[in-house]
Amino acid sequence: MTATALERAERRKAWVFALPALLWTGFFFLVPFAYMAAISFWTRQGREIVATWTLDNYIAFFKKAHLFKGLVVSLEITAAVTVISVLFAYPLAWIIAERVPKKWQRFALVMAILPFWTSYVVRSYSWLLVLSKGGVVNQALLALGIIAEPLELSANRTGTIIGFVHFFVMLLTLTIYANLIQLSPNYRRAAADLGANAFQTFWHVVLPLTLPGIMVGAFLTFVLCIGDYITPQILGGNNELVLPQVIMLQLGRRADFPMAAALSLVLMVVVTLAYIACARWLKMERT
Amino acid sequence: MRHLATALAALYAGLLYLFIFLPVVVLVLFSFQDGTLPVPPLNGLTLRWYEAVFSDGKLMAALGNSLAVAVVSSAIACLLGFLAAYAFARYTLPASALLRGLIVAPMTVSTLIIGLGLLSVLNLTGLRLSLVTVGIGHVVINLPLCFAIIYASMGGHQVNIERAARDLGARDWQVMLLVTAPMLLPSILAAFFLSVTFSWDEFIVAFLLSRFDVTLPVEIWSMLRSGLDPRTNAIGSVVFLISVAFLIVMELAVFRKTGKSS
Repeated sequence: MTATALERAERRKAWVFALPALLWTGFFFLVPFAYMAAISFWTRQGREIVATWTLDNYIAFFKKAHLFKGLVVSLEITAAVTVISVLFAYPLAWIIAERVPKKWQRFALVMAILPFWTSYVVRSYSWLLVLSKGGVVNQALLALGIIAEPLELSANRTGTIIGFVHFFVMLLTLTIYANLIQLSPNYRRAAADLGANAFQTFWHVVLPLTLPGIMVGAFLTFVLCIGDYITPQILGGNNELVLPQVIMLQLGRRADFPMAAALSLVLMVVVTLAYIACARWLKMERT
Repeated sequence: MRHLATALAALYAGLLYLFIFLPVVVLVLFSFQDGTLPVPPLNGLTLRWYEAVFSDGKLMAALGNSLAVAVVSSAIACLLGFLAAYAFARYTLPASALLRGLIVAPMTVSTLIIGLGLLSVLNLTGLRLSLVTVGIGHVVINLPLCFAIIYASMGGHQVNIERAARDLGARDWQVMLLVTAPMLLPSILAAFFLSVTFSWDEFIVAFLLSRFDVTLPVEIWSMLRSGLDPRTNAIGSVVFLISVAFLIVMELAVFRKTGKSS
């Protein structure tokens, strides 16, 4: 065999190995995605999708309040959840990394994220047990005489945000902890040598050094939060729908696939913009 | 001053652990509720909701379905991921970076979009929705992960061992199966177990792509329509227990073997 024939045989072998994964992704991801992008520019008649090109779905999104509001509500809730989760998780991660003895750290961390492994649907449901009118929190506060009337903690935005924050505090504690223990103790020693107190060391040394890690975690929170349907559906009530709920609504009663596809692409564009913003910020930070 | 700081730190950590564990504790506690409402007051303890759950044919079928879909789809994702990783790490393919990008692309797209896209194409082909279509969707979600994990662990240091095997007369499939795969076993297992946990818990694709036979999260979802129900607490506690048991197995099987570096 000549060298080129051998090369060709080798290359053929490589294709045989790579092809199953490529075909699977092509058939079941790329084609569906392209088709969905296409039908977002089509319309429907009754339950049938009609292939006439139009921008109507996107125009409707910006014009119809109940559709556009879905995005606004999604962005508001996601922003609140991201900020609150970071603020809650950072001190916990810091305490585990700095105050807990080395040999207990792994245990403390595993415990901090254990409920992470309950099923997603079940986790939101169990918050309903805690937050509903007859739930644990209201019953406890009523029994203690702190409140006279049950608080409205579920079936509204508060419920959604609490459910989300619970999930993302665990996720962020994990990522921020991973960041904190990577910091070399030399930085802190140097700061202390230069006369910085504990607070100054944290504010001027530790926090800036962990900021990129926080941003990555916050981005992850943003993406997972804005795309989620379950938590708002279970805890959020019917008054304010987030974008994924609006999308699912198009599918359910109305079977409006083109509209659902258009809204999904809007969601994707928002996530992509967030990604670009995050990537740019990280790049700036590095230079 | 130091004592005060320590006390504050302990208080803060205590409050956050309380917040993190509150829903799980309430879930499990009221799964034993002797009454029809899983909220306070706790009337007494009973196992009858567990009995109800374990004798519920639909729920148990859904549990079996979930396990089957998780194991089969993860095995397929791992196999495809391994083969592709082998191809990209050991051979030079044209447009390699682009093709690798294609394989990991689904990771960057929300599962709602993956599910919707598959649903619209399946509608077109007239293929019926079933556990198979759910499994196809789960492979799409997990393949990028499996590929990325296994590809990352395929270093140059294994190439010499593979070459030695080939010099000793091993055929390609023998090298792959008897030499490469065993060397990569820790990362293959990690990929597999991670896929299983994702598939086991995945809701939106399973919801969109199934009809009569459903997975456990979808079945629990339909139970929620009847409001607060101690049976949901019971099945939720069972799921939590299975996940934690699985986590312990994963920890022992995968991470201990690779050394306690983490």
